[in-house]
Amino acid sequence: MFSNILIWFVVIPLLMLAGLGLCRDVKQVRAVAVAGSTALIARSVKLLVDYLAIRAAGDTAPMLFQGSWTWFAPLNINLAVGVDGISVAMILLSSIILFTGSFASWQVPQPKAFFLWLILLSTGVFGFFISIDLFTMFMFYEVALIPMYLLIGVWGTGRKEYSAMKLTLMLMGGSAFLMLGLIGIYYHSAPAGQPLTWNILEIVNNTIDPAWQRFLFPMTFVGFGVLGAMFPFHTWSPDGHACAPTAVSMLHAGVLMKLGGYGCFRVAIYLMPQAANELAWIFLILTGISVVYGAFSACVQTDLKYINAYSSVSHCGLVLFAILMLNTTAMTGAIMQMLSHGLMTALFFALIGMIYGRTHTRDITKMGGLMRIMPYLCVCYVIAGMASLGLPGLSGFVAEMTIFVGSFQHADMFHRVFTIVACCSIVITAVYILRVVGKLLFGPVYDKHHLELTDATWWERFSTACLIVSVAAIGCFPNFFSNLIKFTFSPEIFKVLGM
Amino acid sequence: MDATLPILILAIPLGMFLVLGLAGYKMSHKMAGVLGCLGMGTTLVLAYTTAFTYFFSGSPEFVSAAGERLQAVIFNHTWLAFTDKLVIRLGFLLDPISAMMLVVITTISFMVHLYSMGYMRDHHGVFERGFQRFYAFLSLFSFSMLGLVVATNIFQMYIFWELVGASSYLLIGFYYVKPSAVSASKKAFIVTRFADLGFLIGILILSYYTGTFNFTELTSAPVEGLADVFSVSETTAQSVRSIFESSATPVFLGGSVLTWALVLIFMGGMGKSAMLPLHIWLPDAMEGPTPVSALIHAATMVVAGVYLVARLFPLYLMEVSALEFVTWVGALTALYAAIVACTQIDIKRVLAFSTISQIAFMMVSLGVARPEFHHGLGYMASMFHLFTHAMFKALLFLGAGALIHAIGSNDYTAMHGLRKYMPVTHWTFLIGCLAIAGIIPFSGFFSKDEILSSCLGNSTFIYIWMSLVAGLTAFYMFRLYYLIFWWKEHKIPEGHHAPHDQPWTMSLPLVILAAISLVAGFIPFGKFVTWNGHPYDFMAHFDWSVAAVSLCVAIVAIVLATAMYRKENDLPAKFRAALPRLWTWAHHRFYWDELYLFITHKIIFDRICRPIAWFDRHIIDGTMDAFATITHAASRAIRPLQSGQVQLYVWWYLLGALALGGITMLCLL
Amino acid sequence: MLLVPAMIMFCCGVYGFITRRNMIAILISLELMLNAVDINFAVFNRYLWPQAMEGMFFTLFAIAIAAAETALAIAIIINLYRSANNIDVHDLNKLKH
Repeated sequence: MFSNILIWFVVIPLLMLAGLGLCRDVKQVRAVAVAGSTALIARSVKLLVDYLAIRAAGDTAPMLFQGSWTWFAPLNINLAVGVDGISVAMILLSSIILFTGSFASWQVPQPKAFFLWLILLSTGVFGFFISIDLFTMFMFYEVALIPMYLLIGVWGTGRKEYSAMKLTLMLMGGSAFLMLGLIGIYYHSAPAGQPLTWNILEIVNNTIDPAWQRFLFPMTFVGFGVLGAMFPFHTWSPDGHACAPTAVSMLHAGVLMKLGGYGCFRVAIYLMPQAANELAWIFLILTGISVVYGAFSACVQTDLKYINAYSSVSHCGLVLFAILMLNTTAMTGAIMQMLSHGLMTALFFALIGMIYGRTHTRDITKMGGLMRIMPYLCVCYVIAGMASLGLPGLSGFVAEMTIFVGSFQHADMFHRVFTIVACCSIVITAVYILRVVGKLLFGPVYDKHHLELTDATWWERFSTACLIVSVAAIGCFPNFFSNLIKFTFSPEIFKVLGM
Repeated sequence: MDATLPILILAIPLGMFLVLGLAGYKMSHKMAGVLGCLGMGTTLVLAYTTAFTYFFSGSPEFVSAAGERLQAVIFNHTWLAFTDKLVIRLGFLLDPISAMMLVVITTISFMVHLYSMGYMRDHHGVFERGFQRFYAFLSLFSFSMLGLVVATNIFQMYIFWELVGASSYLLIGFYYVKPSAVSASKKAFIVTRFADLGFLIGILILSYYTGTFNFTELTSAPVEGLADVFSVSETTAQSVRSIFESSATPVFLGGSVLTWALVLIFMGGMGKSAMLPLHIWLPDAMEGPTPVSALIHAATMVVAGVYLVARLFPLYLMEVSALEFVTWVGALTALYAAIVACTQIDIKRVLAFSTISQIAFMMVSLGVARPEFHHGLGYMASMFHLFTHAMFKALLFLGAGALIHAIGSNDYTAMHGLRKYMPVTHWTFLIGCLAIAGIIPFSGFFSKDEILSSCLGNSTFIYIWMSLVAGLTAFYMFRLYYLIFWWKEHKIPEGHHAPHDQPWTMSLPLVILAAISLVAGFIPFGKFVTWNGHPYDFMAHFDWSVAAVSLCVAIVAIVLATAMYRKENDLPAKFRAALPRLWTWAHHRFYWDELYLFITHKIIFDRICRPIAWFDRHIIDGTMDAFATITHAASRAIRPLQSGQVQLYVWWYLLGALALGGITMLCLL
Repeated sequence: MLLVPAMIMFCCGVYGFITRRNMIAILISLELMLNAVDINFAVFNRYLWPQAMEGMFFTLFAIAIAAAETALAIAIIINLYRSANNIDVHDLNKLKH
């Protein structure tokens, strides 16, 4: 079992949990967190290299590194794992963000408990990305959601109990839909008389009855869409992000919201393409609204974290929007947008946390001219902003352009018109990003007390630098990532759609 | 051609940006400046070599046997493949206009690098804060602009288009402590971003119907009745025109898809080139350091829009209505900007409006260019004007920078009578003014004359209109010149020393540019740049009547300006009193900024953003909270049942049992 | 005919159970109800299936259980009295929390 590389992505966090249990002081906790997340990064890079090597050797199986171990035979539940290019990219993203998040929460209070929950959360995240069994996938999904409640409720700021409760309840509400959907899929996973299965690869071969698809597709799409901050189920996001501690915001916006997009693709679209094709227009409207609406809302917020939360609504809306276009280019763009948004939002939240830790306010009307005071953090903030508004050379641009070009290739006029609507968000994004940059970083110093503040410490520099390098890597060498992802959309997946 | 030189042309500025940006704060100021100049100087040499090779080597790669100049793709590296056909490549396209732009950009950029060594320090020679950053951004800009002009496909152009926008943002906001600079940079970025949205949609439409981003394929379609378009080295399998003419393409608001695509792409150009109504960012962009204004907001970036139209010119030719749109936008902008320039006080703003007006000239020239008339003279004239304008406008801006550096103010009211104190600046500025006014033999005369000739070839109305604008140009430039250097004796404020000429690093660029402005008109431009690559000898078809008329108009305007502004008198005040409304409106730039402020603040912010934010917090979030509230209220309502009083429980139990029993009985009976 | 006293006993038990506040009294009412049910068992057994003895045995069984249950209840009441000094059910509403 442990010869499978994928299992290690769950085993390492579990080992970290055990290690944290034995820790006695902060230094040991940090050592465990850094060692563990470094091991995860090393593993994911190894995975990437191996994956590419196998693909280069001509293996065209939809999932590589497959493994399956029976877990509960009566209900056909297996611990089945396997990855394609998307999962590899997502695993890489998660480990980078966990790594940088560990550095960003270097001085968190009660570190042992904090890291325990954080690592438990990432166990769920990694487990989710490697599973190809719907049941284990769902289980890991829940494992990733629950610690969020405690992390926000205990380590948060502001109205943390309210936000934690709201976030958990809304996501649980989504899970309820999702569970119904998944059970429905299970009971229609095989033709009559054959054993039912939870395994995605088997289900996709036994096409689900289209009548049931029409019923189950909205269930699963909405279920995952709640986590993907789809309008009108996004309101947990601003409050949740605003109250969460830095590393949790990073992990949540950076990785957890990606679970939504990934799930929408892997379950809703992948398993039920006909229904997706028929019903996409409803969700296209909703996600199209998300894109523009989130951006407009962000324009008038004054709390830094609210601005970014709304910007996440807009950007994640674009992910779901592109997934619904059901063509290879747009979907590749969606996955790239997930990567890009994950990295740059993590960067944003890390920086906001660092600025907040110094000024003790997140209200942009109460700050100004920080560039003179903390140049390093502010330069990073400008870079993050530029990535967010889509400057070529950073990740936002390639992702958005892939989405727009892909979406515009859709044969249907309705889809193309909506693409143009979504395009408008690039202007509004520029407005709110530059508004913040102008107010917060430039101009004269607003508060004289801020003059005594210090610039970034080494762990902050390290954490942000890692993220910036990743953002620039995607922005400068997009074809590498695009090819990594694209192979997954092999024609047979969309054979039903004739795409 | 070997790809080494072209790669280096792009790589050196980029490398300089990275070196100065990442390690600049550890270097001394001087070191950073020298490094930046060296880098740019090397690029200049490489670019000159490349352009020289292109124009003069006569290699079959660049010139066909019939003497046509060809488009040559030196390298084309795949950057991002969307589909099999839609691929963004980063490449290097060498053709007449890109070779010409290489020369213009590197020349001006090098001059500005050199000039900034002197400009970006105070009177005691102390370098300004952020000097290294300034050079890093200049290098970034040079890289982006070079990448833009050598783009092999429209998406590469878009990429660098965005990058020049961003570097312009960074440079306008260089003095980031000044709120006005911050808001100017923001405005510039957002306005151009809005225009870029049009550009992007245009690209999407174009690529959707043609299935390609490549310029060579887009612009090589056979135009009706003309065989002598660019014959290209790459595949020309697809005929763009036939795609667009097929009945499958829809018509929207009376325009064909191609018209809309071209108009939207032109919208991007309107943004960058500050055409009406997207011009409002350019005057504010003068908040940046003056060398930046010279480089970005006079000579190179703002002509990107013209370059874009020129690049897609064969496509525009297919859709004459789009070209007419270009003409009219240009004509209106030219007149508007010229009128406004007559009333501004800030010398950089006068130059900014003059830039807008001159770029509009180029646009008009492209708009009126038709292959039937003098083999597309307008195209050549536009590019020629772009070239000469870059030189003399950079000269004027650098001269203005020298004045501002010496006086410490942007307003001519603080200057007056400076000719004795700053002779070098005075003479070079005068050459710039004569060039832009179009006096023979300065370079502006030739390019403007060609523009007017091609206007005449298209429509007499446009010709008269543009001649009028040309007259206004001469008038406002000489108004500026006299108000700076003459008008009355310069008053030196108490405790200040007399203004004096600048150090050699600043003078040298002025002198070089003045020399170029003096002689550039005699370059046989038609031999190098024409729309279809065929050499065209303009002088053989020289129209003396047009030249005489334009010269007369310019001289009359200059005489008028001399009469009004040479010596202090009350004529200007009388003029102002005679046309009070026009003057006020022009002085306030016809209230465009106020209109924009109204739209953005009152409508977009107050009527869209705030209601949406309110809606989100109160309606959407309220609904979600309402679920929680309802659940809570319901639990409160049934909570008394759980009183802890055992006997009450029994009561409820009894009642329930009786009720169930009763119901059972009823059902059974 | 013998069902009538059982009926009356049961109603008294219910009434007492609901109205009395002293726990001992409640317990007595509970016993009353139990005994009423026992009588019913015996009566029905006697009239409906005279040959069978299950009803009688069930009654005996119920009496034994009732004894055990009463012992348990009194033990609880004593403990309650020790901790709360009170066996009035109206004052003992800790179940609410």
